[in-house]
Amino acid sequence: MSALLEMRAITKEFPGVKALDQVSLSVDEGEILALVGENGAGKSTLMKVLSGVYPTGSYDGEIIYDGALAQFSGIADSEAKGIIIIHQELALVPLLSIAENIFLGNEQAKGGVINWRETEQRTVELLRKVGLSEPPGTLIDKIGVGKQQLVEIAKALAKDVRLLILDEPTAALSEADSQALLDLMLELKAQGVTQIIISHKLNEVRQVADKITVIRDGTSVSAMDARTETITEDKIVRDMVGRDMAARYPARDRRAGEKILDVKNWNVFHPLHADRQVIHDVNLTVNAGEVVGIAGLMGAGRTELAMSLFGQSYGQKISGDVLMHGQSVDVSTVSKAVASGLAYVTEDRKELGLILDETIQRNITLSNLPEVANGQILQETKETRVAESYRDALNIRTPGVFQRVVNLSGGNQQKVVLSKWLFAKPELLILDEPTRGIDVGAKFEIYGIINDLSAQGKGVLMISSEMPELLGMCDRIYVMNEGAFVGELTAEEASQEAIMSLIVTD
Amino acid sequence: MTTTTENSPNEQKAGIGEYLVRHLREYGLLFALIAIMAFFQIATNGTLLKPVNVTNLLLQNSYIVIMALGMLIVIVAGHIDLSVGSVMGFVGALAAVMIVELDQPTWITIATCIAAGALIGAAQGYWVAYWGIPSFIVTLAGMLVFRGASLWLLEGQSLGPFPREFQMMANGFVPDIFPAGFGESVAKLLGERRVNMLALVTGVSAACAIFWLELKKRAQNRVYGMDTEPTAFFWARVGIISFALVFILFKLSTFRGLPNVLITMGVLTILYAFFTERTVTGRRIYALGGNIKAAKLSGVKTARLTFLAFVNMGVLAAIAGMVFAARLNSATPKAGFALELDVIAAVFIGGASMSGGVGKIVGAVVGAFLMGVLNNGMSILGIGIDYQQMIKGLVLLAAVIFDVYNKQKS
Repeated sequence: MSALLEMRAITKEFPGVKALDQVSLSVDEGEILALVGENGAGKSTLMKVLSGVYPTGSYDGEIIYDGALAQFSGIADSEAKGIIIIHQELALVPLLSIAENIFLGNEQAKGGVINWRETEQRTVELLRKVGLSEPPGTLIDKIGVGKQQLVEIAKALAKDVRLLILDEPTAALSEADSQALLDLMLELKAQGVTQIIISHKLNEVRQVADKITVIRDGTSVSAMDARTETITEDKIVRDMVGRDMAARYPARDRRAGEKILDVKNWNVFHPLHADRQVIHDVNLTVNAGEVVGIAGLMGAGRTELAMSLFGQSYGQKISGDVLMHGQSVDVSTVSKAVASGLAYVTEDRKELGLILDETIQRNITLSNLPEVANGQILQETKETRVAESYRDALNIRTPGVFQRVVNLSGGNQQKVVLSKWLFAKPELLILDEPTRGIDVGAKFEIYGIINDLSAQGKGVLMISSEMPELLGMCDRIYVMNEGAFVGELTAEEASQEAIMSLIVTD
Repeated sequence: MTTTTENSPNEQKAGIGEYLVRHLREYGLLFALIAIMAFFQIATNGTLLKPVNVTNLLLQNSYIVIMALGMLIVIVAGHIDLSVGSVMGFVGALAAVMIVELDQPTWITIATCIAAGALIGAAQGYWVAYWGIPSFIVTLAGMLVFRGASLWLLEGQSLGPFPREFQMMANGFVPDIFPAGFGESVAKLLGERRVNMLALVTGVSAACAIFWLELKKRAQNRVYGMDTEPTAFFWARVGIISFALVFILFKLSTFRGLPNVLITMGVLTILYAFFTERTVTGRRIYALGGNIKAAKLSGVKTARLTFLAFVNMGVLAAIAGMVFAARLNSATPKAGFALELDVIAAVFIGGASMSGGVGKIVGAVVGAFLMGVLNNGMSILGIGIDYQQMIKGLVLLAAVIFDVYNKQKS
């Protein structure tokens, strides 16, 4: 087999920083290459160089594609050669149909008039290839993220893709959807489609990749071949972070104190469909110093439960009792929930957690402005001191607290969200997917922060779709399925198998 | 990063250039205003900055500035209010009917008008805040309703005149509190016919206050290692602003002194600048406009704040309506027609963002005066209303393009 793509000594400089320094990689025809590295390591920059977002001339080094020197001046050039990138944030139009999306910009038309019959026929064919059985006229809006991802792949196939690049394809998918996607990748490989996958999830990488290239700080640190050597996750992690990581989950003294949160008979109905019950009779407790997990598949109702508890931010006809330290409290609005000692770190930090265009300082103090004000009047020096103390405590890597959060990496953004809620001085923190989309190094730091919180006697309720994370961090795990708790496991009893069997036997 | 003294002159220059590029928007607005004023001062052979014209300029633009304060808050909150021109006209008509036809005392009229403005703002804000109806539509409806309502109140006629004390709101001047002899001797010293000492002293003290506040802020920024302005820039900017203030007030002092409306405008501007930049509620409005979902989940009462932004807008439109009617000395059915567009334009020229969360009170005020100077200068030159409209439209477009260009570059 010959190399379909070879990138040689790519160097890309931005004013003041060298984003890529002599990075090389190669993919053979019909292979799957995994590109791994921490956020900010330079993976996306490298892919932008490849796809022509950064045109020839703006970087040093050579790209040899299909035996010839490639000189792309834009995405259109690279797409014409069959190089297609599917970005983490899907580029589908929600209110257009699957068929319309697949052929967007590539319409089956003659003289500007669209041939809908052909469009539909080809869509059905493509959907069959990716294993999706939706009618082509279904609006993107109406299908889940997992299926949307498949539509993106179908769209790439429609353009006669030769090299398919998937950027964090499973970041937003449930375990089942992720598995389906990985299977599809292997099937496409069998059909001869060369692929590059960018991922944080090392177990997935090990499942599909023939070769793994690790990038760290803008340089390629290692290239491994899974067919000729055994690759362990530890080895990949070591290369990614540049140091040995003794344990993925830092150790913690496990000692639970008195009961902090007690939720009784919690019922919630869908915000639009009043007859659809989303949460059924949930009872849960969290003790001081305890980290309690909620496991479940996507759509099990975990986020809905958390948001309904936090100021009724989700749902209607909510009934049940919330007790903090044994006292019944009113959590009917966000401010009342915060006043009762609750905090909720949202799943989607960009949409729900942060004001991206504002500074770090202003984001951190937002949930507790009266603390840095004298009556109505803000004390700016005090505010800056507060922001800087959290920057230091949580190790937010930034030149200053006056930086806008949009310029921070995912891990640092997450630390800003955590700072915001720590500053609200809660008794109990609900963390919804606290490490989604952030790299291994930052994850480890977030786990450390969670452990510190429990050491301070706070309660932590943690929702996560990554089971190893729950198993590594939690003292107790509630298992949720279809809006109800179907089991409770202690750390000793819990295992991936135990959790899954509770879900499937429900 | 602070500019250190060890830097070679060359390096320092690069630093200044870079700083200027990064803050082009803030300086650009100030420079544009100065450039436009200089241009018209020359083109009109000095008429633009004659004391009588400076006074006029302030009076003519007062109601736009007053409404721009409220509009800035509405736009920062992520909304828009198209009804302010109509509401202003309606309140003017209400004042005329109360005073001229119903013989009500001035202070009752003023109180009723402000209450009416608040009520109108509340009525519109209710649908926007609690029902989630787009503000564009609600206030478009309001624009039609209140245009019609003022026609109905006035029965299509102009109504006036107002009693003297009502007129004083727009056309009155603050009496000089300093002894007359003092003013006369200063006038002799400066070679002017007369000088209103109160105006001059106000100008000088305002300039001093600005110097003091800016120096304090600069010292504070230094302590926190914030991106401090290069020294030369700092002095040039503060110097120009202070000089302009003293100069304008000196011009006023040689005419009739401080117009009442300038006091209203100045006090409101300072209050709103303080409110938006230094208070908890002000900050929360920016958060709401920046990301309403995140603000809500941070405990900000987003619906209530949106509602209050519209109530506030209504009150300011009412004040502007009374000032306008008092200035014309009559209420007409056409009062405030299409004025909402001037107000919105002023806010966007001042650097506010269409998507909310960004914008400053001072920017909106400068934006309003920029439009005002354009209007006034072109009128003096005798440029037809046709060209005036086109030029104003292009200025607005240029300002927004400039914003977008700057944002893309960074």
